[in-house]
Amino acid sequence: MSPVIQGILTILIGVGGCVGYFYFSNLILDKVIFPAKGANAGRNINRANQVRPWLFLFPAMFALGLYLAYPVVGSFWRSLFDRSGANFIGFGNYIDLFSESGFRTAVFNNLLWVLFVPAAATFFGLLIAQLTDRLSWGNIAKSLIFMPMAISFVGASLIWKFVYSANPDIGIINAIRDSMGLAALDPLQVRFWNNFFLMFILVWIQTGFAMVILSAALRGIPEETVEAAIIDGANPFQVFFKIKVPQIMGTIVVVWTTITILTLKVFDIVYTMTGGNFGTHILPSYMMTFMFRDDGRATAVAFVIMILVLPVMIWNIRQARAEMR
Amino acid sequence: MDNIAGQNQGGRVLVNITVLILVLLWLLPTIGLFVSSFRDRDQISNSGWWQAPFAVDLNFRSRVAADNVREEGGLFIIEGNVFADPSLASDFPEGEGVVSAFGTRAVDPGEFAPGEVVELRTGGTVTVNADGRFRVESAEEISRGPTLYFEARTPPSFTFANYNTVLFADGMDRAFINTLTVTIPATIIPILIAAFAAYALAWMDFPGRGLLIAAVVGLLVVPLQLALVPLLRLHTDIGIGQSFLGIWLAHTGFGLPLAVYLLRNYMVGLPRDIIEGAKVDGATDFQIFVRIILPLSFPALASFAIFQFLWTWNDLLVAKVFLPSGADSQVMTVKIADDLLGSRGGDWGILATAAFVSIAVPLLVFFTMQRYLVRGLLAGSVK
Repeated sequence: MSPVIQGILTILIGVGGCVGYFYFSNLILDKVIFPAKGANAGRNINRANQVRPWLFLFPAMFALGLYLAYPVVGSFWRSLFDRSGANFIGFGNYIDLFSESGFRTAVFNNLLWVLFVPAAATFFGLLIAQLTDRLSWGNIAKSLIFMPMAISFVGASLIWKFVYSANPDIGIINAIRDSMGLAALDPLQVRFWNNFFLMFILVWIQTGFAMVILSAALRGIPEETVEAAIIDGANPFQVFFKIKVPQIMGTIVVVWTTITILTLKVFDIVYTMTGGNFGTHILPSYMMTFMFRDDGRATAVAFVIMILVLPVMIWNIRQARAEMR
Repeated sequence: MDNIAGQNQGGRVLVNITVLILVLLWLLPTIGLFVSSFRDRDQISNSGWWQAPFAVDLNFRSRVAADNVREEGGLFIIEGNVFADPSLASDFPEGEGVVSAFGTRAVDPGEFAPGEVVELRTGGTVTVNADGRFRVESAEEISRGPTLYFEARTPPSFTFANYNTVLFADGMDRAFINTLTVTIPATIIPILIAAFAAYALAWMDFPGRGLLIAAVVGLLVVPLQLALVPLLRLHTDIGIGQSFLGIWLAHTGFGLPLAVYLLRNYMVGLPRDIIEGAKVDGATDFQIFVRIILPLSFPALASFAIFQFLWTWNDLLVAKVFLPSGADSQVMTVKIADDLLGSRGGDWGILATAAFVSIAVPLLVFFTMQRYLVRGLLAGSVK
């Protein structure tokens, strides 16, 4: 069966199945299990209403449980076994990993990514949001800077492969170096700094996201506060740093953490640009070197990523709970 | 109210220039890719894409045939025109052009100026004039004509040849269809599942609701990497293995937290009166959901659909793990990263074209539906 027909069938079965499930499960609940008539009509309606939320929630909870909650436990459990999966070796995989220099490089680079990418993307996003705020062509500018959000990490990597190419007839960086009389060099092979060249690709993609959200936050600032500051003689920089930034601090933190989480998951850029060579591995790409070869190691690396994500996760949950109150 | 840096003319100009520079910095790499995809291999390797609108010096090679040698005063002579070589017919259809330099060795095709008389390695001399006419002289009989190299000014030219190669010879058409096949079910299926759950979390009262919402927020940030090994194992055990069905299920699962979170945030904001009014009129939750909530939530549903579409279309990781690696089921990202970058690594025109084919649809979606995308982002991150 061709995948296209299979795909159309899946849509029909998937959508039909969902509609059917929700419709018939409600019907059965109301007409068969707790019918709203007879002696217990009132009690039955109440009971049906107690059960109904779980009918609505069940498919989503099942999928979430199976595809996201179970793997956290499953991966951790698997990481305690050796390559074949037959022998329990406790934290053996973790101990081995920490003794590998490749893993330590990946952890170090990953920390660099987590520090640099959210900071740079938020900075550029805030800068552009502020500068375009009252510009006549601000919306066009924002739209163009937002555009990389739509491009895949692989596509973006290829775009930047052109920019970084060592050939002065292809890479614009080396073309500029060439015109200044400098020898061509491959930016991706410059140790340590090559990490930053890779990070900039993600900054390029994520700045639009930061900009859109911060721009909306800036618009939400009450005009009176800014007006009052100007009347009191504040200069533009004081208005920005002392009046505007403190009022959108909450949003800045949200943008920062969202980009941090994303940064911890992106393996595509390193994979496409350098394949982890020249000391550029980060944890997600390092994990893929074990995928399909050594599940024990792969899950151990994945769990290290989970541990790095954990503080943000806890912070997010507390934030969400505070909001609901 | 004035722009903060715009109280004076100078400040306003500065802001305009800064924004212009930033926009150019953000736009130029993509333009480079786009321009490069319309240039052929020689053009790309001889001049940067920023020179594409201008005429450039390109290197060519012309083989001199040894069949019309004439003898004149003890010398063997071949005369002709370098542009007459049949292999150059596509570059110089009229058989004429302007030689800006010539050479006798492939490593240095621009060694001599037109009109210079130079020694051939095989003995004898050669000269090439600016109009392409050449004259080879030798004291000995010429059995094999020399190969001449020359540089000629060529006008800018753009071609669809790369698109032809990528789409019809390199198997990108197949990858394109595979990407579509993965993306569409993986976008549609989570929406309904999430919408019902979001309604329950937003408008139904039951014990443990707060806990479930917190769980969804927590799952929002679980790294995908954790899911790969256990789920592939599970898929293999229940007989799905690496297949399209497997990747649809995986994308559905991975997309759900965002879907539930976005839709719940939106639904909570819907006016309470409408829903309570409907309840008083005797509508069941199912009816309220289908008749009132779903139509009112259209903007949020559209936002999520766009997110999920972009995410599944652009995904590399899930496709690498949950789809078989054969050419039949490669999606475009895998095709580019694993196949083209390896086999076509030096062919920049092909790479640019493949990349552009893969980002064309997301860009189209992006520019036509930007409104919903922005709205979705704001609903997901800002109170």
